[in-house]
Amino acid sequence: MSLTPDQLQRIALLARIAVSPEEALGVTDRLNQVLGLIDRLQAVDTRGIEPMSHPLDAQLAVQQRLRSDAVTEADRRADFQAGAPAVEQGLYLVPKVIE
Amino acid sequence: MLNSTVIELSDALAAKKVSSVELTRLYLDRIKGLNGQLNAFITVDEERSLAQARIADERRSRGEAGALTGVPVAHKDIYCTRGFRTTCGSKMLANFRSPYDAHVIERFNAAGAVLLGKTNMDEFAMGSSNETSHFGPVRNPWDPGRVPGGSSGGSAAAVAARMAPAATGTDTGGSIRQPAALCGISGLKPTYGVVSRYGMIAFASSLDQGGPMAKSAADLALLMNAMAGFDARDSTSLERPAEDYGRELKLDVAGLRIGLPKEYFAEGVDPEVLSRVREAIRWFESQGAETLEITLPNTGLAVPVYYVIAPAEASSNLSRFDGVRYGHRAKDYADLNDMYRRTRAEGFGTEVKRRIMIGTYVLSHGYYDAYYLQAQKVRRMIAKDFTEAFTRCDLIMGPTSPSTAFALGAKSDDPVQMYLNDIFTIPAPLAGLPGLSIPCGFDARGLPVGLQIMGNYFAEARMLGAAHRYQQATDWHLRAPNEAPL
Repeated sequence: MSLTPDQLQRIALLARIAVSPEEALGVTDRLNQVLGLIDRLQAVDTRGIEPMSHPLDAQLAVQQRLRSDAVTEADRRADFQAGAPAVEQGLYLVPKVIE
Repeated sequence: MLNSTVIELSDALAAKKVSSVELTRLYLDRIKGLNGQLNAFITVDEERSLAQARIADERRSRGEAGALTGVPVAHKDIYCTRGFRTTCGSKMLANFRSPYDAHVIERFNAAGAVLLGKTNMDEFAMGSSNETSHFGPVRNPWDPGRVPGGSSGGSAAAVAARMAPAATGTDTGGSIRQPAALCGISGLKPTYGVVSRYGMIAFASSLDQGGPMAKSAADLALLMNAMAGFDARDSTSLERPAEDYGRELKLDVAGLRIGLPKEYFAEGVDPEVLSRVREAIRWFESQGAETLEITLPNTGLAVPVYYVIAPAEASSNLSRFDGVRYGHRAKDYADLNDMYRRTRAEGFGTEVKRRIMIGTYVLSHGYYDAYYLQAQKVRRMIAKDFTEAFTRCDLIMGPTSPSTAFALGAKSDDPVQMYLNDIFTIPAPLAGLPGLSIPCGFDARGLPVGLQIMGNYFAEARMLGAAHRYQQATDWHLRAPNEAPL
């Protein structure tokens, strides 16, 4: 599988990363090198093998830990918003999305 | 003093031969003298470190000191630290000040260790050479024209150049072990889930694991005792009884079964690296250990699997950097989507963007089964290779990296060549297994070679024991680079 610059732009849009027309060729080339590397997996016979999403699932009965639905943290909104690019009255500001 | 191990410093502090303020000052001066050349630290705050040292000295005078109280420790800039900025090597977080401490930082604080500074790293831990850092490359103290390895390259260089007695790192595909090998120090990647990932900025959550970096295996054991432990805030943190990672330092090597994977001693590995590794293995044999050839047949698939799974997880984890809640935001944009796209184009470097796009692609509609699911299946095949191997042997040994430190810029234009450099360190995190690297000699250029020791799940104490016995018989781990004279 090899990407064209047009397909790259589609992926870049999904990833929310602007790729300028000048960069597009070079970025496509490098991504295709990496895709060439991972394409080696296509030839592997994996019939009957369970996908592994947690590295210790074969060793432990890994299950999602649950906690009671209770407030455990103090309100530190001001601390958390101190590093935000734009805040007003405790709200994060973003460009207008609804006219 | 600068060449002392953490254990020696701990003893000197306990015997009141030196105060934490004096020790911290010594290392801060060392950093001041060398950081311009090596670039191992991104942030140093002398006043803050000295204030912590004063508190440690007071704690000691009250008789409340533990083994690490007053010992200066540097932290990889991936760990969130209140007070010190936390950049993760990225422009995206160049001015980020975390409102909380990572669990690992809380642990070191509770032990009374002094935070000596934040070390340089590949951006978001994505790299094997420390060349992807927004703050410039780290240089290898053994040869400043060469890379220190990555992504914990700043931590490795800092310990090697005696700018810190110990440091923390994180390992996703080799980011503790490979720089440890290239800089001639010791480093441990624990079993997945042993060290909490809370406050450790996420790269690939099913692989990321924090661990210690220091001169000796005995120091690593001491540091692990502080770092490891259950933390409810990391959903994959393991609830296990506390253990003493130094309990097997007196391990009897005789009778130990050491597996040597034939795939790790194959063509493509620098012959000098293989010679040094074989010499180290011969020492274990001379002490009565039994060696046997084993096979890890899917080793060659580990790098391709990793470059599906790690970018997939990264593309999801790094979606949080959107210019809204923290970090960089682009100045000019047309609308919300444009703000995201420009913010991320400006805030991330080339390698990080490349991996996010690979991850986005392999998770996208129509490709998920062919790439992501297939990679997860091959991941299990790789894990099974180890399960099989550990029925026949106690430990696995081989080279950490196929070569010694390479020149700055030598691989930075060819991502695939760079990725293949991690062929021997990627399998352990894919399987969730622990691995460590210790120095085992030098090549003809005088560059350090690393011996990798892998063990079964939760075998850290035994691995550290074997490493410690070797270090009692050799002094490779105590050699300091001439480029950074003591």
